[in-house]
Amino acid sequence: MSKLTDLSIAEAREGLKNKAFSAAELTEAHIRAVEKARALNAFITETPAIARAAAAESDKRIASGTMRPLEGIPMGIKDLFCTKDVLTTAGSHILDGFKPPYESTVTRNMFNDGAVMLGKLNMDEFAMGSSNETSYYGPVINPWRRKGSDAKLVPGGSSGGSSASVAARLAMGATGTDTGGSIRQPAAVTGIAGIKPTYGRCSRWGIVAFASSLDQAGPMARTVRDCAIMLKSMASHDPLDSTSVDIPVPDYEAAMTGNIKGLRVGIPKEYRIDGMPAEIEALWQKGIAWLKDAGAEIVDVSLPHTKYALPAYYIVAPAEASSNLARYDGVRFGLRVPGKDITSLYENTRAAGFGREVQRRILIGTYVLSAGYYDAYYIKAQKLRTLIARDFEEAYAKCDVLLTPTAPGPAFGIGEKTNDPISMYLNDVFTVTVNLAGLPGLSVPAGLNSEGLPLGLQLIGKAFDEATLFRVGEVIEKAAGATPRPQSWWEV
Amino acid sequence: MSVDKETVRRVARLARIAFPEERLEPMAGELNRILAWVEQLNAVDTSMVEPMTSVVKVSLKMREDAVTDGAKAPEVVRNAPSGEDNYFAVPKVVE
Repeated sequence: MSKLTDLSIAEAREGLKNKAFSAAELTEAHIRAVEKARALNAFITETPAIARAAAAESDKRIASGTMRPLEGIPMGIKDLFCTKDVLTTAGSHILDGFKPPYESTVTRNMFNDGAVMLGKLNMDEFAMGSSNETSYYGPVINPWRRKGSDAKLVPGGSSGGSSASVAARLAMGATGTDTGGSIRQPAAVTGIAGIKPTYGRCSRWGIVAFASSLDQAGPMARTVRDCAIMLKSMASHDPLDSTSVDIPVPDYEAAMTGNIKGLRVGIPKEYRIDGMPAEIEALWQKGIAWLKDAGAEIVDVSLPHTKYALPAYYIVAPAEASSNLARYDGVRFGLRVPGKDITSLYENTRAAGFGREVQRRILIGTYVLSAGYYDAYYIKAQKLRTLIARDFEEAYAKCDVLLTPTAPGPAFGIGEKTNDPISMYLNDVFTVTVNLAGLPGLSVPAGLNSEGLPLGLQLIGKAFDEATLFRVGEVIEKAAGATPRPQSWWEV
Repeated sequence: MSVDKETVRRVARLARIAFPEERLEPMAGELNRILAWVEQLNAVDTSMVEPMTSVVKVSLKMREDAVTDGAKAPEVVRNAPSGEDNYFAVPKVVE
C-alpha cells in the first residue's frame, strides 16, 4: 500500500470503511508530515490535540458503523475561518490572540461530518494578495521548485497555506476562500484542484470578511472528486448568512459520470491576452483537444468586458474591505496600541496592526467611497459588474461551460513582484471575472511546464452548476494524467 | 482626479490609520498609479446600465422578527484587550 499521506480523500474513505487502517493512524501520519514540513511555513497554528481527539471519535463511529461523509479525514483550515477557542488571525497582527467564541458555519458543517482539523493555515493578510507574501506570519514556500533550482517560489495566494499543505501531502484537503482568485490561482501553481462555488453556495458566517459581495469559501484538494466530496459537506443554507441560498446541495459525486458527449464548451477569445506566455496558450489548446476528444463541442464565445474586470475589482474589493475592516479598533479584540485619546488609540492600533498592502487597500477604498467620488468610482464599478455578468449570460446561450487558463503563468519567485502592486494584481486576470459575476470556477491541475512547475486550467460554470464543473474537471484531470508529487526537499 | 499628500493625510484620518509624514508622499504616488489604472473604466459608456446590487438572482428570505441569540456578555468581551465587569475599557472620552 502507498503511504497514507499519498491517498486521496476518496481512497482514504474506502480504507477507513474497510478498516485497512484506522483514523488514528491516518491522523498520526499527517501530524508527523506537518511537523516535518515547518520549513514551508504553511501552518500558523498546529492543533494535534484537537486532531487526535477527533480521530478517536472517528474510530468509534467507524467501529459502530455510523460513518459520516468526511469521517476521519485530516484537513487544514485557512486562518480566515473562525474556529471556536482556536486562535484565528486572518494572517494579521491586528488579530493577535483572537480566539473566537463561535465556529464558522463551513467548519462546523465539516466537523459535524467527521473532518479532523490539523491546524490553521497561513494566508495573505486578510486574504489580500496573490502570493502569500503579505502574511504577518511570513511567506509560505511552494513545495514545487524549478528543475535544477533551489530558488524559493510562492504558493500563490491568498490561500497559500492551503495550497502548499495539500500539495506537500500535509493535509488531504483544505478550506480556502476566493474573493478574486484566492482558491483557484494557488491551486493552479501548486498542482492541485480547487473550486470557488457560486456566490451564496457556502455560508460566509464566521469567515473574516474581506469584500462581502465577492467572498466565497470553497475546497482545495488533490483531485476533482475530493473537491466534490468536500463541497458537499461545506455547502449549506444558513439563516445566519442572508446571502446563502436555500437550494438543495446536489450529490456532486453522482454527477461525475465521465460522459461529456455533446456538451458545449465555450472558449472566450478575450482571455487570449497580450504577452501571455506561449506555454499557457499551448496548455489551453491541449485542454481544448482533450475535451474535443471526449466528445464535447467547442464553441467560440466573446466576453467583451473582460479587460475591465480587474480595474472594477480594484474599486469594489477595497471599498468593501475599508468598510469591513473598520471593526478592528483595538477595543473589542486583538491588538491594542495605546494613544493619548481614543482617536489616537484607533489610529496607532491600525497603523501597527495592518500591513502595507492592507493599509493601501483601506486607503483606496476609503478614497473611492469618500464624499464626491462614490458615483465616479464605486457605482461606475458596479455598473461594469452588470455588464460583465451580462457577457456571461450571453455566452451561456451558446455553451454550457467555459474553458480558460487559471493563471497567466506558473509560480514565481518570492520577492519577485512585491514592489509592483499592479503586476501582482494581474495574477487574477482570468479568475476575477468569475467573482464579479458570482459564478462558480474550478481550477484543475493540467500538467507541468518545461521547468517542471504545475499549471492549471479553469472551468467556469453557470450559477449553481458546480456539478457540471466537477464532471468536466474530472475528464481534464484524467486526460492530463496524475500530477507527480513534488520532491520532499523540505522534510527534516 | 489626482491624489496629493494632503488628500492622503485626509483619507488616512478618515480610515483612522496613523501615517508618519514621510510615508504620505510615497503613498500618494502608489494611490495615483492604481487610480490611473482604474480610470480605463471611463472608456465604457454606462449611462444606460443599472449598477449591480445583488450578484445572484435570489430574493432575500423573510424571517420571524424574534430574538434568537444574546445574553452572552462574557463571551462578547472575552477577547477585549482591556475591560472589566463585562464592559470594554477605552481612554476617557468625556471630560
